[in-house]
Amino acid sequence: MANPTVHTFDAVIVGAGGAGMMAALYAGKSANVAVISKLYPTRSHTGAAQGGIGAALANLEEDKWEWHAYDTVKGSDYLADQDAVDVLCQDAIDVVVELEHMGLPFDRIENGRISQRRFGGHTNNETNRPVYRACHAADRTGHMILQTLYQNCLKNKVNFFDEYQVVDLIRVDDTVRGVVAINIADGSFHIFHSKAVMFATGGWGRCWEVTSNAHSLTGDGAAICMRRGIPMQDMEFFQFHPTGIFKLGILITEGVRGEGGVLINGEGERFMERYAPSIKDLASRDVVSRAIYLEVQAGRGINGKNYVHLDVTPETVNHYFEKDGEDMRISREYIEQKLPDIADFTRTYLGVDPVKDPMPVQPTAHYAMGGIPTNVDSEVLLDAENRVLPGLYAAGEVACVSVHGANRLGTNSLTDLVVFGKRAGVRMADFCDSAELLPLPDNPAEEIMAEFDRIRNNEGNMKTYTLRDRMQKTMTANVSVFRVHDQMAKAINDMDEIKTDYTRFITVDDKGKQFNTDLLEAWELGCLIDLARATAASAIARTESRGAHARDDYPERDDDNWLTHTFATLQSDGSFELTYKPVTLGRYEPKPRVY
Amino acid sequence: MQVNIKIRRYNPEKQAKAWWGEYTLQDCSRTDSVLDVLHRVKWEIDGTLALRRSCAHGVCGSDAMRINGANSLACKMLISRLGKEGADSINIQVEPILGLPVLKDLIVDMEPFMEHYRSVLPYFINDEPAPADGRERLQSQADREKFDDTTKCILCAACTTSCPSYWANGKYVGPAAIVNAHRFIFDSRDEAAESRLNVVGDTFGVWRCRTIFNCTNACPREIEVTKAIAEVKVALATGKV
Repeated sequence: MANPTVHTFDAVIVGAGGAGMMAALYAGKSANVAVISKLYPTRSHTGAAQGGIGAALANLEEDKWEWHAYDTVKGSDYLADQDAVDVLCQDAIDVVVELEHMGLPFDRIENGRISQRRFGGHTNNETNRPVYRACHAADRTGHMILQTLYQNCLKNKVNFFDEYQVVDLIRVDDTVRGVVAINIADGSFHIFHSKAVMFATGGWGRCWEVTSNAHSLTGDGAAICMRRGIPMQDMEFFQFHPTGIFKLGILITEGVRGEGGVLINGEGERFMERYAPSIKDLASRDVVSRAIYLEVQAGRGINGKNYVHLDVTPETVNHYFEKDGEDMRISREYIEQKLPDIADFTRTYLGVDPVKDPMPVQPTAHYAMGGIPTNVDSEVLLDAENRVLPGLYAAGEVACVSVHGANRLGTNSLTDLVVFGKRAGVRMADFCDSAELLPLPDNPAEEIMAEFDRIRNNEGNMKTYTLRDRMQKTMTANVSVFRVHDQMAKAINDMDEIKTDYTRFITVDDKGKQFNTDLLEAWELGCLIDLARATAASAIARTESRGAHARDDYPERDDDNWLTHTFATLQSDGSFELTYKPVTLGRYEPKPRVY
Repeated sequence: MQVNIKIRRYNPEKQAKAWWGEYTLQDCSRTDSVLDVLHRVKWEIDGTLALRRSCAHGVCGSDAMRINGANSLACKMLISRLGKEGADSINIQVEPILGLPVLKDLIVDMEPFMEHYRSVLPYFINDEPAPADGRERLQSQADREKFDDTTKCILCAACTTSCPSYWANGKYVGPAAIVNAHRFIFDSRDEAAESRLNVVGDTFGVWRCRTIFNCTNACPREIEVTKAIAEVKVALATGKV
């Protein structure tokens, strides 16, 4: 195979979602930056985010960033680092305004300011009532963020390498020298030689069977870093969003409940009143997902099946508004205007008209709280002692700052990616100003090219989709909303077998070069397998229940022993070494979490 | 149910001419999308089949295709909509979108499309300083509503590649570029309407539109594309935005 082409930049950013493009805008102010993405930037999954971006603008009622911070910490089940949460919630206000200045078409309220809506876990800390904090553009807020950032990148002439897939990080001891990528169009390998590298590649929801995540969310950036010795933080915490479309997993935004929608079980009961008496359907996602599981387990799913109803019909919503003493009332037109995409999804995929009938929903694998460990400047950490790997950055879902702890609040993913994407860009620009471009090692692409040749030419009998199905089934059965030791042990065993089968028996039909998505899917499966294994290994070791990690055999939170972040480091024999780092506390002392 | 799917195949590494691949799948469900069917062909039968896809629910815009002769997103087109009610088998024909060079199977070269998009200055322009209080610019709900529809565009190219005027001459900027020009021309906060109107008022701009409505029918986001083009025409004719 021909020698890879070498490109030289100050900084390369891998991934063109919200975090990557925000970083590009800032790093690009002084550094020569390339953004490499396996998709056209506007295909990135930031665009699928619906309900809103959280920031205490206080446009409709009293709100303050400290309340947002407390809600985030409480939502995280006290696992978030409180210094990082302060940064998130303070910066949130400025970045939302900045997005508006970049042209983002937020919905407006009567006085012309940005419109805000209620969202799960966001409260007025004095009254404990839901607060209007989620800034939104209808139910396509992520779409508008992605489009606005892409537009501004075009305006600022950012260098994009679209449909180039990054497959390796060039690390020499404790320095980075760039990345290796494949040009998907012709299969050629390229080396991007740089001072700084940033990963902003999103999550890995495709480890599970039912997920809101795009097919492309295969955790490439996290897996690449893990294979190059970077630990993965808090991998046991993976969020299951309570309201995915039944069987399909397509997300139905929490904004539906923010606008007054309620969850109803097979007996016609608004069951969240029992689980979260004060904010009911707007409790944190982990709480609501568990409630749905328990209702189904007790035989109170719809027609005894494993789903419940999400009801946003004006009749139902107004009934509960009245019952709760709320002045607000909604109409069908209001729902159409505020939730047009949701209405379109359910009409298209379910034949259900949400202004007339309830929607069948079940929890769906949604968001990785864990990932590549970073500090608040998005610098990647090498260990639990906070040692930085100079020149390496991560932000967005792939990173773990940690601002989400054991459970992320709705709207905080968008806040996270613009806040920490921006901070990464600023810090990278500074780094590139002073750092030297270190030389490339000999044949930096050799190892990964050999791996691709191996997959391409392997004479096995197992296709990607069969192994992927096996992984998704065991992860769904054994490492999802509720967990118990024996099941997680089974998942670990299954995943070891799947990993072995993948290594020995994987086969692809396409031996060509151009748009060989067969080969790339096979490689991506390898990433998912490694991340699933890290998830199971981290989960079985944590003998408590916290946030999204809920164990039947350890039902209580254990602050004496487990107010710690997990660092899982992949060893050369394929096992994981687990080390722990204490959570950074602050104003908010851990206390029982009641909604 | 059974699905008989005919896919336009092309792989320049293997042969210079395009061909039809015909596949039969059993046990398809009425609620499967065309993308689900294409995935089964790729995963179970022939891994060399190449297509773009990502979100699989109609918001990323990767998988615009010509399905039974009309453009739509493969992930938003349920197979039940392509067959007769109650039928136990469905015939589907899938081709790449028309008017852009085919690179492999269902994958086309998007660059000519993106070039037209970029030509309309598709980004917010306002060089006035932001409000001194450090807060957002204000916009009335009525002003915001004027361009709401065109903010929904996902750049899938379904509209542009369904347009006979675009097929006739690829220099025409096409519906998607005009939709994106509209999004900024009618944004009360933006100051560069004139520059954009100059671009779309050119020989290869809006006047190539013959109000055929294919674009409006093709749009998976249900944008009233033809109406947006008409509003731009009116702005050009009257000089008023």
